[in-house]
Amino acid sequence: MTFRKYLVLAGVALFSSAGDSLLARGMKDLGSVSLHQLSNLILAILDPWVASGILLLLAFFASYMSALSWADLTYVLPASSLGYVLVALVARFGFHEAISPARWLGIALITAGVGFVAVGPSLTPARKHGKLAAGDVAQEAQS
Amino acid sequence: MKQAYTWAAIGLIVLASTTGDVLLSHAMKKVGDVSELWKRHGLLGVLGRVLATPTFILGLLAMAVAFYSLLFGLSWGDLSLVVPASASLTFVANAFAARIFLHERVGRRRMMAALLVAGGVALMAI
Repeated sequence: MTFRKYLVLAGVALFSSAGDSLLARGMKDLGSVSLHQLSNLILAILDPWVASGILLLLAFFASYMSALSWADLTYVLPASSLGYVLVALVARFGFHEAISPARWLGIALITAGVGFVAVGPSLTPARKHGKLAAGDVAQEAQS
Repeated sequence: MKQAYTWAAIGLIVLASTTGDVLLSHAMKKVGDVSELWKRHGLLGVLGRVLATPTFILGLLAMAVAFYSLLFGLSWGDLSLVVPASASLTFVANAFAARIFLHERVGRRRMMAALLVAGGVALMAI
Protein backbone atom coordinates (compact mmCIF):
# COMPACT_ATOMS: atom_id res chain seq x y z
CA MET A 1 0.00 0.00 0.00
CA THR A 2 1.37 3.40 -1.00
CA PHE A 3 0.65 6.76 0.64
CA ARG A 4 -1.53 7.69 -2.37
CA LYS A 5 -3.71 4.60 -1.82
CA TYR A 6 -4.20 5.51 1.85
CA LEU A 7 -5.25 8.99 0.68
CA VAL A 8 -7.83 7.44 -1.67
CA LEU A 9 -9.27 5.38 1.22
CA ALA A 10 -9.37 8.52 3.41
CA GLY A 11 -11.25 10.28 0.58
CA VAL A 12 -13.81 7.44 0.45
CA ALA A 13 -14.39 7.77 4.23
CA LEU A 14 -14.55 11.59 4.38
CA PHE A 15 -16.61 12.32 1.26
CA SER A 16 -19.16 9.60 2.10
CA SER A 17 -19.82 10.81 5.67
CA ALA A 18 -19.91 14.51 4.73
CA GLY A 19 -22.17 13.81 1.73
CA ASP A 20 -24.64 11.78 3.82
CA SER A 21 -24.79 14.51 6.46
CA LEU A 22 -25.55 17.22 3.87
CA LEU A 23 -28.22 15.03 2.23
CA ALA A 24 -29.88 14.47 5.61
CA ARG A 25 -29.86 18.22 6.31
CA GLY A 26 -31.52 18.91 2.94
CA MET A 27 -34.15 16.18 3.30
CA LYS A 28 -35.19 17.56 6.69
CA ASP A 29 -35.97 20.87 4.92
CA LEU A 30 -38.16 19.07 2.39
CA GLY A 31 -40.09 17.02 4.96
CA SER A 32 -41.55 13.54 4.55
CA VAL A 33 -42.05 12.34 0.97
CA SER A 34 -45.12 10.12 0.56
CA LEU A 35 -45.44 7.30 -1.98
CA HIS A 36 -47.91 9.49 -3.92
CA GLN A 37 -45.40 12.31 -4.31
CA LEU A 38 -42.31 10.42 -5.46
CA SER A 39 -41.64 13.18 -8.04
CA ASN A 40 -40.59 15.31 -5.06
CA LEU A 41 -37.53 13.06 -4.76
CA ILE A 42 -36.44 14.11 -8.27
CA LEU A 43 -36.97 17.79 -7.39
CA ALA A 44 -35.02 17.28 -4.13
CA ILE A 45 -31.74 17.69 -6.06
CA LEU A 46 -32.59 21.41 -6.49
CA ASP A 47 -32.22 21.96 -2.74
CA PRO A 48 -28.75 23.51 -2.06
CA TRP A 49 -28.00 21.10 0.81
CA VAL A 50 -28.99 18.07 -1.28
CA ALA A 51 -27.05 19.42 -4.30
CA SER A 52 -23.91 19.94 -2.14
CA GLY A 53 -24.36 16.45 -0.70
CA ILE A 54 -24.59 15.01 -4.22
CA LEU A 55 -21.35 16.81 -5.23
CA LEU A 56 -19.53 15.28 -2.26
CA LEU A 57 -21.05 11.87 -3.02
CA LEU A 58 -19.71 12.17 -6.59
CA ALA A 59 -16.24 12.76 -5.11
CA PHE A 60 -16.85 9.73 -2.88
CA PHE A 61 -17.85 7.67 -5.94
CA ALA A 62 -14.66 8.59 -7.84
CA SER A 63 -12.46 7.64 -4.84
CA TYR A 64 -14.48 4.46 -4.27
CA MET A 65 -14.11 3.34 -7.91
CA SER A 66 -10.39 4.04 -7.77
CA ALA A 67 -10.05 1.97 -4.56
CA LEU A 68 -12.06 -0.92 -6.00
CA SER A 69 -9.73 -1.03 -9.01
CA TRP A 70 -6.81 -2.17 -6.79
CA ALA A 71 -8.40 -3.63 -3.64
CA ASP A 72 -11.04 -6.20 -2.65
CA LEU A 73 -14.56 -5.04 -1.80
CA THR A 74 -14.22 -6.70 1.63
CA TYR A 75 -11.08 -4.57 2.23
CA VAL A 76 -12.37 -1.23 0.95
CA LEU A 77 -15.70 -1.21 2.83
CA PRO A 78 -14.39 -1.76 6.39
CA ALA A 79 -11.31 0.41 5.77
CA SER A 80 -13.46 3.32 4.62
CA SER A 81 -15.81 3.06 7.62
CA LEU A 82 -13.40 5.23 9.65
CA GLY A 83 -15.52 8.13 8.34
CA TYR A 84 -18.15 7.33 11.00
CA VAL A 85 -15.48 7.62 13.68
CA LEU A 86 -14.14 10.89 12.24
CA VAL A 87 -17.63 12.45 12.15
CA ALA A 88 -18.22 11.44 15.78
CA LEU A 89 -14.84 12.85 16.86
CA VAL A 90 -15.50 16.13 15.00
CA ALA A 91 -18.93 16.30 16.67
CA ARG A 92 -17.32 15.73 20.09
CA PHE A 93 -14.24 17.94 19.91
CA GLY A 94 -15.31 20.42 17.20
CA PHE A 95 -18.95 21.02 18.16
CA HIS A 96 -18.74 19.85 21.80
CA GLU A 97 -21.63 17.39 21.33
CA ALA A 98 -22.06 14.72 24.01
CA ILE A 99 -21.15 11.16 22.96
CA SER A 100 -22.85 8.35 24.88
CA PRO A 101 -20.88 5.34 26.19
CA ALA A 102 -22.61 3.18 23.54
CA ARG A 103 -21.22 5.46 20.82
CA TRP A 104 -17.71 5.28 22.29
CA LEU A 105 -18.08 1.48 22.23
CA GLY A 106 -19.22 1.74 18.59
CA ILE A 107 -16.14 3.84 17.78
CA ALA A 108 -13.93 1.23 19.45
CA LEU A 109 -15.55 -1.63 17.50
CA ILE A 110 -15.21 0.17 14.15
CA THR A 111 -11.58 1.05 14.87
CA ALA A 112 -10.88 -2.58 15.83
CA GLY A 113 -12.62 -3.80 12.65
CA VAL A 114 -10.57 -1.43 10.50
CA GLY A 115 -7.40 -2.56 12.29
CA PHE A 116 -8.29 -6.22 11.60
CA VAL A 117 -8.66 -5.67 7.87
CA ALA A 118 -5.86 -3.10 7.48
CA VAL A 119 -3.09 -5.46 8.60
CA GLY A 120 -4.08 -7.98 5.91
CA PRO A 121 -3.51 -7.73 2.16
CA SER A 122 -5.67 -5.26 0.20
CA LEU A 123 -6.08 -7.65 -2.73
CA THR A 124 -6.30 -11.43 -2.56
CA PRO A 125 -6.13 -13.79 -5.56
CA ALA A 126 -9.65 -14.80 -6.63
CA ARG A 127 -10.97 -18.18 -5.52
CA LYS A 128 -11.65 -20.56 -8.39
CA HIS A 129 -15.41 -21.15 -8.42
CA GLY A 130 -15.56 -21.07 -4.66
CA LYS A 131 -12.83 -23.70 -4.19
CA LEU A 132 -9.30 -23.14 -2.97
CA ALA A 133 -6.11 -24.78 -4.12
CA ALA A 134 -4.47 -26.80 -1.33
CA GLY A 135 -1.66 -24.26 -0.89
CA ASP A 136 -4.12 -21.38 -0.63
CA VAL A 137 -5.98 -22.67 2.42
CA ALA A 138 -3.40 -21.38 4.92
CA GLN A 139 -3.32 -18.01 3.18
CA GLU A 140 -7.12 -17.70 3.43
CA ALA A 141 -7.02 -18.53 7.13
CA GLN A 142 -4.56 -15.63 7.60
CA SER A 143 -6.62 -13.20 5.54
CA MET B 1 -46.78 3.32 8.97
CA LYS B 2 -43.79 5.66 9.33
CA GLN B 3 -41.69 2.84 10.81
CA ALA B 4 -42.80 0.40 8.09
CA TYR B 5 -41.75 2.85 5.34
CA THR B 6 -38.42 3.49 7.09
CA TRP B 7 -37.57 -0.22 7.40
CA ALA B 8 -38.79 -0.96 3.85
CA ALA B 9 -36.42 1.77 2.64
CA ILE B 10 -33.57 0.31 4.75
CA GLY B 11 -34.20 -3.15 3.25
CA LEU B 12 -34.17 -1.72 -0.26
CA ILE B 13 -30.99 0.28 0.45
CA VAL B 14 -29.20 -2.87 1.68
CA LEU B 15 -30.31 -4.96 -1.32
CA ALA B 16 -29.54 -2.30 -3.92
CA SER B 17 -26.21 -1.24 -2.31
CA THR B 18 -24.96 -4.81 -2.06
CA THR B 19 -25.92 -5.52 -5.68
CA GLY B 20 -24.30 -2.25 -6.77
CA ASP B 21 -21.10 -2.83 -4.74
CA VAL B 22 -20.63 -6.32 -6.16
CA LEU B 23 -21.26 -5.19 -9.76
CA LEU B 24 -19.00 -2.13 -9.44
CA SER B 25 -16.22 -4.13 -7.80
CA HIS B 26 -16.44 -6.69 -10.61
CA ALA B 27 -16.34 -3.90 -13.21
CA MET B 28 -13.33 -2.11 -11.68
CA LYS B 29 -11.32 -5.34 -11.42
CA LYS B 30 -11.92 -5.80 -15.15
CA VAL B 31 -10.87 -2.20 -15.86
CA GLY B 32 -7.65 -2.52 -13.81
CA ASP B 33 -5.70 -0.08 -11.61
CA VAL B 34 -7.11 3.36 -12.46
CA SER B 35 -3.91 5.27 -11.67
CA GLU B 36 -1.85 3.06 -14.02
CA LEU B 37 -4.46 3.52 -16.77
CA TRP B 38 -4.50 7.28 -16.17
CA LYS B 39 -0.71 7.46 -16.67
CA ARG B 40 -0.91 5.54 -19.93
CA HIS B 41 -4.20 6.72 -21.48
CA GLY B 42 -5.24 9.89 -19.60
CA LEU B 43 -8.57 10.73 -17.99
CA LEU B 44 -10.63 10.20 -21.17
CA GLY B 45 -9.07 6.78 -21.67
CA VAL B 46 -10.01 5.78 -18.13
CA LEU B 47 -13.57 7.11 -18.48
CA GLY B 48 -14.02 5.39 -21.85
CA ARG B 49 -12.85 2.07 -20.48
CA VAL B 50 -14.99 2.32 -17.33
CA LEU B 51 -18.14 3.37 -19.20
CA ALA B 52 -17.67 0.56 -21.75
CA THR B 53 -17.91 -2.05 -18.98
CA PRO B 54 -21.52 -3.36 -18.80
CA THR B 55 -21.36 -4.33 -15.12
CA PHE B 56 -20.35 -0.73 -14.29
CA ILE B 57 -23.57 0.62 -15.86
CA LEU B 58 -25.67 -2.04 -14.06
CA GLY B 59 -23.87 -1.26 -10.79
CA LEU B 60 -24.53 2.44 -11.31
CA LEU B 61 -28.25 1.72 -11.81
CA ALA B 62 -28.35 -0.33 -8.60
CA MET B 63 -26.57 2.52 -6.76
CA ALA B 64 -29.14 4.99 -8.13
CA VAL B 65 -31.91 2.79 -6.68
CA ALA B 66 -30.00 2.72 -3.35
CA PHE B 67 -29.57 6.51 -3.46
CA TYR B 68 -33.27 7.23 -4.01
CA SER B 69 -34.18 4.65 -1.37
CA LEU B 70 -31.86 6.54 0.99
CA LEU B 71 -33.59 9.86 0.19
CA PHE B 72 -36.97 8.15 0.72
CA GLY B 73 -35.77 6.61 3.99
CA LEU B 74 -34.30 9.91 5.23
CA SER B 75 -37.58 11.68 4.54
CA TRP B 76 -39.37 9.21 6.88
CA GLY B 77 -36.77 8.19 9.45
CA ASP B 78 -33.93 9.81 11.39
CA LEU B 79 -30.44 10.02 9.94
CA SER B 80 -29.20 8.33 13.12
CA LEU B 81 -31.30 5.25 12.32
CA VAL B 82 -31.42 5.03 8.51
CA VAL B 83 -27.72 5.51 7.71
CA PRO B 84 -26.18 3.32 10.47
CA ALA B 85 -28.79 0.55 10.13
CA SER B 86 -28.49 0.31 6.35
CA ALA B 87 -24.69 0.66 6.48
CA SER B 88 -24.18 -2.02 9.12
CA LEU B 89 -26.48 -4.51 7.37
CA THR B 90 -24.76 -3.72 4.05
CA PHE B 91 -21.33 -4.54 5.55
CA VAL B 92 -22.48 -8.04 6.52
CA ALA B 93 -24.41 -8.62 3.26
CA ASN B 94 -21.35 -7.51 1.25
CA ALA B 95 -19.04 -9.92 3.06
CA PHE B 96 -21.25 -12.85 2.00
CA ALA B 97 -21.91 -11.47 -1.50
CA ALA B 98 -18.19 -10.83 -2.14
CA ARG B 99 -17.38 -14.43 -1.18
CA ILE B 100 -20.19 -15.93 -3.29
CA PHE B 101 -20.18 -13.71 -6.38
CA LEU B 102 -16.68 -12.18 -6.51
CA HIS B 103 -14.91 -15.27 -5.08
CA GLU B 104 -12.96 -13.03 -2.69
CA ARG B 105 -11.15 -14.77 0.14
CA VAL B 106 -13.27 -13.70 3.07
CA GLY B 107 -11.32 -15.44 5.80
CA ARG B 108 -11.84 -15.18 9.54
CA ARG B 109 -10.07 -11.82 9.72
CA ARG B 110 -12.23 -10.13 7.11
CA MET B 111 -15.47 -11.66 8.40
CA MET B 112 -14.53 -10.51 11.92
CA ALA B 113 -13.77 -7.02 10.55
CA ALA B 114 -17.18 -6.87 8.80
CA LEU B 115 -19.00 -7.97 11.97
CA LEU B 116 -17.06 -5.55 14.22
CA VAL B 117 -17.69 -2.62 11.87
CA ALA B 118 -21.38 -3.57 11.46
CA GLY B 119 -21.80 -3.79 15.26
CA GLY B 120 -19.91 -0.55 15.76
CA VAL B 121 -21.98 1.32 13.19
CA ALA B 122 -25.19 0.01 14.80
CA LEU B 123 -24.00 1.18 18.25
CA MET B 124 -23.25 4.65 16.84
CA ALA B 125 -27.00 5.01 16.24
CA ILE B 126 -27.84 4.69 19.93
